[in-house]
Amino acid sequence: MDGEVILLDAYASMFGMRLRIALAEKGVKYEYREENLPKKSPFLFQMNPIHKKVPVLIHNGKPICESLIALQYIDEVWHDKNPLLPSDPYKRAQARLWADFVDQKVHTLGRKTWSAKGEEQEAAKKEFIEALKVLEGELGEKPYFGGEEFGYVDVALIPFYSWFHAYETCGNFKIGTQCPKFVAWTKRSMQRESVSKSLADPEKVYDFFLILKKHFGVE
Amino acid sequence: MAGEEVILLSVYPSMFSMRVRIALAEKGVKYELKEEDLTNKSLLLLEMNPVHKKVPVLIHNGKPILESLIIVQYIDEVWHDKNPLEPSDPYERAQARFWADFIDKKVFDPARGIWATKGEEQEAAKKEFIEILKILEGELGEKPYFGGETFGLVDVALIPLYSWFYAFETCGNFKIESQCPKLVAWAKFCMQRESVSQSLSDPHSVYDTVLFLKKMFGIESITTQCSIFLL
Repeated sequence: MDGEVILLDAYASMFGMRLRIALAEKGVKYEYREENLPKKSPFLFQMNPIHKKVPVLIHNGKPICESLIALQYIDEVWHDKNPLLPSDPYKRAQARLWADFVDQKVHTLGRKTWSAKGEEQEAAKKEFIEALKVLEGELGEKPYFGGEEFGYVDVALIPFYSWFHAYETCGNFKIGTQCPKFVAWTKRSMQRESVSKSLADPEKVYDFFLILKKHFGVE
Repeated sequence: MAGEEVILLSVYPSMFSMRVRIALAEKGVKYELKEEDLTNKSLLLLEMNPVHKKVPVLIHNGKPILESLIIVQYIDEVWHDKNPLEPSDPYERAQARFWADFIDKKVFDPARGIWATKGEEQEAAKKEFIEILKILEGELGEKPYFGGETFGLVDVALIPLYSWFYAFETCGNFKIESQCPKLVAWAKFCMQRESVSQSLSDPHSVYDTVLFLKKMFGIESITTQCSIFLL
């Protein structure tokens, strides 16, 4: 009934983690295939010729690329269990907007906290914390971004938590002390099996991150 | 639908605003158009879009929806009875979203480079821009629309770019049609739809805006300034 589901992924990819969480939330059986980044396989190039990136969800031989698009696909195909997007169109638009914010701000700025240097790095660290505070504002008193239920924005965001150790070590700053509400939300999310089983170990992420840094020539 | 209040905060000649106008026209939605001069952001705009401070913003019964592709999807879901823009099959829908996302990720930086830079930088932008258009031509194939037989999400996402071709060609001193004839044929075909011809900005007005921007900001600082103009 599920069909053949393959996830082409890389252990430390926060985007891949999103799909691992979603597939777990839906109870979908799938084959996990690890890409040995930064070296990419011919199969990956075949499945994602445009962007050549992980993750790629392959359902019955057909690839779906870009994590948020694949996330919505998973939610639509396996719509019976644990819906991630709200049913109301307005709330759905809000969820999409905040997931887009995670991509535009958390990812981009998080990357800059380690790839930039000097003043640019300091500015990125400051803006990164500000972005998390904006998210704290959006969370408010709700247990999850999805409200009472773990949802689309929660899935989009929680994988970045596994990268905080790498950002903090490289950027020499502490994220948790500045965003306590955010930390409380991460702890709550980590109690879900789909999350705790899908998130990469922060130490292993840091090791991968060092390889990445070397590959991109950032010292 | 009685009692529906739909307002669009738009800026002429933003391609993102044009997307929303096309979608609303496809659905036959009556709305109030409020055009903004981005150099002087109004209070209403700031109030509705505090996080992003960008247009377009759709305000439906007092509630704001932001980001052009998210707005187009919202419009498609709320007014789902007429002219559906997204495919009904989940896989086809994912593909449509992929290509709309591709357009957002890949088109606008080189497009801006064509009119906002000069010399080697401009040549590189032109080359990259044509390469992206050729990839899109490949995706279009022999279909009348990106959506297949019906005008869809990807067509809506891309067609506003056509209104900027005259500005690109004049600034960049090149002809897009000679290098991407299929894409220009597709654009002309889309222009036969009233929703498109009524929503696209006039190419000469677009060019005048480009000249204004170049003069106001000075060509060297234009790329940083343009992030607020979303062009």
